[in-house]
Amino acid sequence: MTMRLMDGSEAIVEAAIQAGLRFYAGYPMSPATELLEYMAEKLPHHEGVCINAATEIEGVNMALGAAAGGFRAASGSCGQGLALMQEAIAEAALNETPIVIFNMARNQQDYFQATRGGGWGDYRTITLAPKDLHEAVEHAQLAFHLADKYRVPVIFMGDNLLARTQMGTTLPQLDLEPLPPKDWQLDGTSGGTGKSRQIWTFGCGKTNDPGPGPSKHWERIAAKFDAIAEVEARHEQGFVDDAETLVIAFGSGGKFVEHVVREMRADGHKVGYFRPITLWPFPGDALEAASQDCKRVLVFELNAGQMIDDVKLNVRDRKLVKAIGGVSFDESGLNLGPLMDATVIRERIALAINGASQ
Amino acid sequence: MSIVMTTRPPEAPSNKVASFKPTLLQTEEHHLCPGCGEPVAIRLVLEVIEELGLAQKNVSIIGHGCYGSFIMTMDVDSTLCLHGRAPAVATGLKRMRPEVAVWTLQGDGDMTSEGLAEILHATARGENITCILLNNGVFGDTGGQMTASSVIGQRTKNTLEGRDAAYHGHPIVIGNMVAAMPGSAYVARGSVHNAASIAATRRLIRKGFQRQMEKKGLSLVEILTMCPTGWFVPASGGADYMMESLGKTYPLGEIKDISASE
Ligand SMILES: Cc1ncc(C[n+]2csc(CCOP(=O)(O)OP(=O)(O)O)c2C)c(N)n1
Ligand code: SF4
Repeated sequence: MTMRLMDGSEAIVEAAIQAGLRFYAGYPMSPATELLEYMAEKLPHHEGVCINAATEIEGVNMALGAAAGGFRAASGSCGQGLALMQEAIAEAALNETPIVIFNMARNQQDYFQATRGGGWGDYRTITLAPKDLHEAVEHAQLAFHLADKYRVPVIFMGDNLLARTQMGTTLPQLDLEPLPPKDWQLDGTSGGTGKSRQIWTFGCGKTNDPGPGPSKHWERIAAKFDAIAEVEARHEQGFVDDAETLVIAFGSGGKFVEHVVREMRADGHKVGYFRPITLWPFPGDALEAASQDCKRVLVFELNAGQMIDDVKLNVRDRKLVKAIGGVSFDESGLNLGPLMDATVIRERIALAINGASQ
Repeated sequence: MSIVMTTRPPEAPSNKVASFKPTLLQTEEHHLCPGCGEPVAIRLVLEVIEELGLAQKNVSIIGHGCYGSFIMTMDVDSTLCLHGRAPAVATGLKRMRPEVAVWTLQGDGDMTSEGLAEILHATARGENITCILLNNGVFGDTGGQMTASSVIGQRTKNTLEGRDAAYHGHPIVIGNMVAAMPGSAYVARGSVHNAASIAATRRLIRKGFQRQMEKKGLSLVEILTMCPTGWFVPASGGADYMMESLGKTYPLGEIKDISASE
């Protein structure tokens, strides 16, 4: 496929449509707004529908409806908008409707609400955090695949760098395993047959074909998320074998850290990097192995400390773990701040290493 | 017709109209209260769907209220969605499956309290869906509290002295609001308090579905349903109480029919 210069948001939309997205409903919020604009422009040309929802709540529930009908559907926003969607994301997890939420975040403060199961019930959301546009266009496909495979909501976690950076990119077609037909979809054809279908969080089934009921149903859902956690954790790491210092970051931050660590390696420092690609499931076993012989584990994230909890849960001694990130916005309060900078990151890593050796 | 002479009563009791089960109900049993109007209204909807040949061409989107338990007994492809959001869920489904009759089932709490934005915006967009509103003026399922549709003077568990406009605000007459918007095709208000109103309501529901199939826009059929439990009146007194209270704020009849004016 030929390389094209595209806005990040445009490339993500193109990739999602290529992956089969046919329904999107969203509400503007910077930097997720362009995603909505491209969806509105492009979906109607692909037998799809994009609705300018009146609220994030309305938008995500529309996506649930389209997905219940068997179509690949998504909504998107960030921060406060994602918070408004949490009830519906929980519902999608508990009634097993596959949807994708594009969270084009303003910063990295959405880690908790993306990974903890921000709504009601025992569930988590698979969260993919691409480091750059090349990975993002792959994740846009993977997100729909995982959503359908497990019948779960999946969060695509981007940021303003991803959304707004122009980049020459191709849209590779990921080679993904075929999935079974959606025999659960509500297409309206089963009425009166005694086999009518049901999508329902309480899992009680119908009179002539009772379901397990709420407690057993939710137990099964929780077990499904446990099973996903076993197999879907993804990560990337570098220079970990002899690393004394391991630096952990996600999304764009991971890309910056990778760059800095390469530079520092070239200068002879025993530094390595580790990047969770899935924020949930968190690649805990891999982190445990990678940090086995490290003297210190540094966490770089643009928030007051969210992913650091997961890091502490997965290294041999939580006292090894130190935050080197922090809250950092630009003046508008809408974008990543000055901390997302290779020089600053290098200084902070060096300070942590030197401070420890003094 | 042959006449069989007999001195004894027939061995089987004669069938009452209500003992014929619509095919779209898996059972006639329900666990709603004695005297509840909701089962009657739902049954009418199912009969109409069958009559119109939509049995295998419809999906119901059900809100949160006592009627929700019908998701287990209605033999219809169904989802029970989040409280208040049925018109949004229906929008997503209908846009992707325009050939299917998509209908919502909501109570007044679900539609006019929690979900006012969803019904109004779905109307504004002129979504081709049929919305069934079971209006009993209370949150029945949670035990009889005030909704946005409770009428002035109505005593509920959290308006013990009666709804007071100055303190609790005025009821939202959703039918008229929806009718005033260009996106609605058909709006009518029926009731199930006696046999005549039940028969009339069935016709309203029928038109509500017909307008959807004609792609005319959103239809809203509001049905006043008895909730003796939530009103704290005896089961047998529900019908009279309803028409004396709700009936005065919510007059019965067609409010808008886009096809009639064509
Ligand atoms: C978000 C949310 N808030 C509150 C509830 C609790 N709840 C369940 S049913 C119901 C009342 C429904 O009232 P209505 O729609 O009028 O139906 P009725 O029970 O009167 O038939 C409420 C408030 C809920 N399920 N979800
Ligand atoms: S509480 Fe009211 S609406 Fe609910 S089942 Fe009883 S009578 Fe019907």
